[in-house]
Amino acid sequence: MVTERYIVKGDDFQAAGSASSAMKQMLRGAGVPMEVIRRAAICMYEGEINMVIHARGGEAEVSFDGQEITMKLSDNGSGIENPQLALKEGWSTATDEIRGLGFGAGMGLPNMKRNSDDLTIESVPGKGTTIVMKIKV
Amino acid sequence: MTVQELVNAINLTILSGDGEALSRPAEGGYCGDLLSWVMGRAPRNGVWITIMSNLNVAAVAELADIACVILAEGVAPDPPLLERAKNDNIALLQSKEPAFALAGKIHALIHG
Repeated sequence: MVTERYIVKGDDFQAAGSASSAMKQMLRGAGVPMEVIRRAAICMYEGEINMVIHARGGEAEVSFDGQEITMKLSDNGSGIENPQLALKEGWSTATDEIRGLGFGAGMGLPNMKRNSDDLTIESVPGKGTTIVMKIKV
Repeated sequence: MTVQELVNAINLTILSGDGEALSRPAEGGYCGDLLSWVMGRAPRNGVWITIMSNLNVAAVAELADIACVILAEGVAPDPPLLERAKNDNIALLQSKEPAFALAGKIHALIHG
């Protein structure tokens, strides 16, 4: 069992993706197949970007027990008012400025759902969001 | 077909990427500027054609296992993107042609 924690800084688009890169390296070291690592990296990057855009950063905890990768992303952001709506492709609350950077296409959560085997969202408006994604290896 | 063979075939400018990066196989492709679309839809070892030129292009290319990025229409990379692509040895390429023309040629080269 390997577990690592990563801090995601808020409003730092320059550093966005660094937690995903570190996780990729960790999973590579653990011998996880490339295609599975790729799916995990997509999930993690979308989560990171969401935390940067919407939640002023957060924390990610990734563990691998030899059979399953678990990614737990938690933030103290403004929360998601309607998680079911947020899972719809194309639904986004991002600003024009964020869209200008190439984000905010409303594909973040759908990508996370499609690339994980299991995804749960717990979100309390005003308090924050916790997302847990699992991928079988 | 390798990235280097693609560079030679359609006359691309190499902005970053050493021999190792250029020897990667190019097995498919994707055109797009919205990063999550590319993240979710581009195939592994794909050629990514875009006019998006900010730093996040490097993160997406690396995390989605993209073979190479082609900046179309002569778009220049933002300096932080070029620096990151050099540091991480990402094949960052450039062409004066628009994405439509590039995709047509690359599709023919890869898929016949």
